Amino acid sequence: MAHISASVYTSHVPAIGAALDLGKSHEPYWKQVFDGYEYSKQWLKEQKPDVIFLVFNDHATAFSLDMIPTFAIGTAPEFIPADEGWGPRPVPKVIGHPKLASHIAQSVIQQDFDLTIVNKMDVDHGLTVPLSLMTGKPQAWPCPVIPFAVNVVQYPVPSGQRCYNLGKAIRKAIESYDEDLNVQIWGTGGMSHQLQGPRAGLINKEFDNAFLDDLINDPDALARKPHIDYVREAGSEGIELVMWLIARGAMDDAAGGPKPVLKHRFYHVPASNTAVGHLILENSQ
Amino acid sequence: MSLDKPYLDVPGTTIFDAEQSRLGYHLNQFCMSLMKADNRARFKADERAYLDEWPMSEDQKQAVLARDLNRCIALGGNIYFLAKIGATDGKSFQQMAGSMTGMTEEAYRDMMINGGRSVEGNRRIGEQQGEKK
Repeated sequence: MAHISASVYTSHVPAIGAALDLGKSHEPYWKQVFDGYEYSKQWLKEQKPDVIFLVFNDHATAFSLDMIPTFAIGTAPEFIPADEGWGPRPVPKVIGHPKLASHIAQSVIQQDFDLTIVNKMDVDHGLTVPLSLMTGKPQAWPCPVIPFAVNVVQYPVPSGQRCYNLGKAIRKAIESYDEDLNVQIWGTGGMSHQLQGPRAGLINKEFDNAFLDDLINDPDALARKPHIDYVREAGSEGIELVMWLIARGAMDDAAGGPKPVLKHRFYHVPASNTAVGHLILENSQ
Repeated sequence: MSLDKPYLDVPGTTIFDAEQSRLGYHLNQFCMSLMKADNRARFKADERAYLDEWPMSEDQKQAVLARDLNRCIALGGNIYFLAKIGATDGKSFQQMAGSMTGMTEEAYRDMMINGGRSVEGNRRIGEQQGEKK
């Protein structure tokens, strides 16, 4: 049977991708960010996941205002890195896993979450920057990826509680898949940042670190945090953090199993306008 | 019954909710069109003519021409869509965000390097004047 072995959490700032693509990763400003992922790159190589289920948000790239799905699962065989206006990132195309993705879609919808099934979708920095942070500049991504896009652009976005519960449903779906697959689930976005208006540039280290603490130790309580707390404390775009709760809800302890093991924790300010946070949690076997 | 919008008292912040989205539909869809290289070239060649192809309000067109992102947001724009204008101009996200704060590019960059804008005094409108709720 397929199983979720670990979850990874990371910010997905576009400037991080640009820094890597333009060969700036050794500049002092960026080195401080990339150094936080050195352990993670090695860890990922050793873990050899068969599939990564990657929760991210589309930033007005694949989804315009013509259609705004709250939860969208990518079931295509491949996904092309998008031109977001600066030209497409020079990164490998993303190979999907249509069979597992379709299985998850069917199972999760039967568990009362109304997913949008997407067979054609270009993927933006929200998806490719986490892959770059965790792998560097490979010729091909290390394994197939199932993109899972969450609307955090137009309010109201899904609540933390709904995201956490969705993670539980995704876990059930993956564990009911017959093939023996090592699956990781990644939650991306955040941490504190605001990109608009006179309050742009907001950063809240206390909020971010409390969020990391709670995500590790008390996700049930964290899931109850209302949207307004994210907006007020972590900036209007800090709301992206609800996506981390999807990955956290898919871990064993959310279904009554043992607590996960914290393998890595990193926090740094700034990357462009944003606080960078990163965690790796492994399910204990 | 009115809708619950607890975010209206967050200073310097416009939440892109269904109402803003409705106001800004054509403005944001214009921005979206700039994801194609051909459209970026046509826009740069004659901005006004390109904008006139879209059923946007005159205020929205003027705000785009002036690159006044705060005004664009007040008129229904969303930053992730508006970012396509910045990309067309060769601006980074940091330059765009900074342009909305009244700070110089250098001052904004320095603020970020020094830990960003503090949340203290920035949680609620009026808080800086000691009018905490």
